[in-house]
Amino acid sequence: MVRFAMVIDTRLCIGCGDCVIACKTENKVPEGLNRDWVVEITQGRYPHLGTEFRSERCNHCTHATCVEACPTGASHYWRDTNIVLVTPERCTGCKACIAACPYNARLIRPEGYIDKCTFCVHRVKQGLDPACVATCPTHCMHFGRLDDPNSTVSRLLASRDAFRLLPETGNEPQIYYLR
Amino acid sequence: MKRREFLKISSALGGAAVLPSALLSGCAPFPPPPGSGKVTVTPTVCEICFWKCAGFVHREDGEAWKVVGNPEDLHSHGRLCTRGTGGLGAFLDPDRLKHPLLRVKHNGRQTFREVSWNEALDYTADRLKRIAAEHGPDSLAVFSQSVGAQHFRTLAKAYGTGSFAAPDYAQCRAAREVGFFLTYGETIGGQERTDMANSRCIVLIGTHIGENLHNDQVQTFTEAVGKGATIITVDPRFSVAASKSKYWLAIRPGTDLALLLAWTHVLITEGLYDKDYVARYTLGLDELAKHVAAHTPEWAYLETGIEPETIRRTAREMAAHAPATLVHPGRHVAWYGDDTQRVRAVAILNALLGSWGRKGGFYIPEQVKLPEYPLPAFPEPKTTWRDAHGGKYPFAYGGVTNELIAQSSGPNARYKAWLVYEANLPVSVPAVADQIRRAAAELELFVVVDTMPMEVTGYADVVLPECTYLERHDPLRNEPRQRPSLAVRVPAFEPQYESRPGWWIARELGVRLGLEKYFPWKKYREVLDWQLRQVGSSLAEMERIGLKTFPRRNPEYIGAGEDYAFPTPSGKIELYSRQLAEQGFDPMPRYTPPEVAPAGFYRLIYGRMPAHTFSRTTNNPLLFQIMPENSVWVNPLTANDWKLQNGAYIRLKNQDGVLSNRVRVRVTERIRPDAVYLAHGFGHRDRRLRLANGVGASDTQLITQVKMDPIMGATGMRSNFVTFVVQEA
Repeated sequence: MVRFAMVIDTRLCIGCGDCVIACKTENKVPEGLNRDWVVEITQGRYPHLGTEFRSERCNHCTHATCVEACPTGASHYWRDTNIVLVTPERCTGCKACIAACPYNARLIRPEGYIDKCTFCVHRVKQGLDPACVATCPTHCMHFGRLDDPNSTVSRLLASRDAFRLLPETGNEPQIYYLR
Repeated sequence: MKRREFLKISSALGGAAVLPSALLSGCAPFPPPPGSGKVTVTPTVCEICFWKCAGFVHREDGEAWKVVGNPEDLHSHGRLCTRGTGGLGAFLDPDRLKHPLLRVKHNGRQTFREVSWNEALDYTADRLKRIAAEHGPDSLAVFSQSVGAQHFRTLAKAYGTGSFAAPDYAQCRAAREVGFFLTYGETIGGQERTDMANSRCIVLIGTHIGENLHNDQVQTFTEAVGKGATIITVDPRFSVAASKSKYWLAIRPGTDLALLLAWTHVLITEGLYDKDYVARYTLGLDELAKHVAAHTPEWAYLETGIEPETIRRTAREMAAHAPATLVHPGRHVAWYGDDTQRVRAVAILNALLGSWGRKGGFYIPEQVKLPEYPLPAFPEPKTTWRDAHGGKYPFAYGGVTNELIAQSSGPNARYKAWLVYEANLPVSVPAVADQIRRAAAELELFVVVDTMPMEVTGYADVVLPECTYLERHDPLRNEPRQRPSLAVRVPAFEPQYESRPGWWIARELGVRLGLEKYFPWKKYREVLDWQLRQVGSSLAEMERIGLKTFPRRNPEYIGAGEDYAFPTPSGKIELYSRQLAEQGFDPMPRYTPPEVAPAGFYRLIYGRMPAHTFSRTTNNPLLFQIMPENSVWVNPLTANDWKLQNGAYIRLKNQDGVLSNRVRVRVTERIRPDAVYLAHGFGHRDRRLRLANGVGASDTQLITQVKMDPIMGATGMRSNFVTFVVQEA
């Protein structure tokens, strides 16, 4: 299986939201909806503080509960990878996947079907990074294959301390945040 | 992901030929994958802020799709920022100005009537002719911002005025330019000549890189952070940059100069300055040493609230990394009325560290030697903006907006007509609200050229709708940088509605005023092509590539031990400024303590946010979605005193009783208890801006006191205080 992952350096992220706008224009996401978002967490008491910014989206889990929950097969893995996609033609809008996603990463399009981050699979097919990664002005985001030990993402994870969101779900999320 | 890594994907998945998945193709009601239609690409130069990144506009099947950066571009390195990525919103905004407008009286009430271009242009030209005949052409004042202003400056110079002012002078960075010019004989420039990618230590004084998203400033800053550079941030607010810093000095507002003098004291008394550099290139070390002798860290502690040991440790750290230590010059520095002097202290500190002209400090910028399109000489104006200053501000190099505005009403008004290009004066210039109202009532002509129905258009007699940057040609971008380059803006779309390019509007007015000889071309592309041919390119070539890089002529840094002459009167870096002394100013920066807040009031600090460029983009339908309104940042201790709830709406009232729009409280540890913070650009008051009208609070509205810098006329804006009005929200 080809395992795609995103590795995001929280030391560099400034929470500017460029990833959100780039995703919205690249993928023509309808007004008022977005497939990715930015979280800010401040800890400590003035003047001893730390602030972390995180760009978040679908984690393209290798054990995706959304895919398991989908009764029609609309939610599926793209070929032999962990990229989770939704086939609109098969989606009934039942929202079982929304209930099953631990990351609240899915949205309902005005047409009634479910939409989500695709890791910009249309770009990945051309050997391009997802739009959010390609535009990030801090160069804090990286994309690539974890089944390749020599890829940038593999080398970053080998050399730096990283964490994932809600790993305890057992979903095996594939977005990694460098501390 | 690197291309090489992708090739492995193709083989693992059985080759690209079988892609894409059959399931995803050929279903009419569902959108096809992006980019599967006919894609056309047009080069552009972004106009969403002044950083002017080069990029490409993508259309798919004729529809606007996306704007991305040009990888060859030093400003963007192929990555546009949040606002530039959202640039299509400016084009798509349904609230754009769509038709020329003329102020008319209807049933006794003033209103706008949509008119034809001919009527609007004839009206404007007739008025301008009459004003020139009755009052002289120098009674026209021009307020402008951004690159397209060049067309209108040409028009106004040909007409015969010499009065120009732009908010980016007095309201923004002019004190910085004058402070560095007095010290080094050179300015920082619109593209900051900072070499942060190579810095080992970066000191930010109130400048919030990351929230001001000046594209490659952010890219080089985060590159330095990634490489482990020491970041020292001085800010009353825990800015994003502060969150990346080894040291956050939460300074008492208004005392930055005390800290700078104490750092200077430590560098000199501990002998930590670059002795060779200082001996070789500077003038006035002895005077400086004497001047800062009493400014010990212990003295500064009482002013700034920063521990003496922290002041010493940070000074030593700066020296340890010198000359790859950059004390950043900042950008908007119009704070306290002594801004030129505070910036001088920054310039002096950099000189002691030897960072000017050195790797990791300040590089020596170069631009392309690009000939101007030949035009006849302009008439000599009888008066200029300098006359409007009335002998004040001897070191001013541009018109002070506030002075020109003040002299546009009353019995002795100097100005009878205004031409305003892309400058939303009521929101960008503080403490002039009444004067703008009076001027609007008394001026014989008030013309505004803009893309959006900004507040300033509401005061105008004539509103001329310009198309957005994605629909027009504009002057070539030729910014001094590490490598010289030219970038071109090519229209990706036809002008929408009745809007027209600025060059067309200026030329049409010129022709009507009998000034056609200053516009000896039919279309601006002729000018661009002529200029490009002088440097071995052409518009046809640039329409394909968008950006062309040229070789440097001289080295990027001063060589070790090089005999280098600075363009100051002495040929040296002037730590002691004889020029200032001769005009009666302090030859070295002298500290004045800030005023104390009235009881129950908090110092108002303001700044940028990454999703918007001032008030220009708050109505942009793409950017509005991620940042629709601002909030007022309040420390929990202060919030507790006033029983302020996080997220609740309140109003702010300033020391002069001015009440803000309602604004949400953000209770956060990220600010000192004695200050509050507002992101600038919100609180629009024009119903035609359907998204932004009435949303959030305007800092400009609350800045009713400005402290003028006597050296060059900057409007110090951080001497305002606000209190909370809880019940009226």
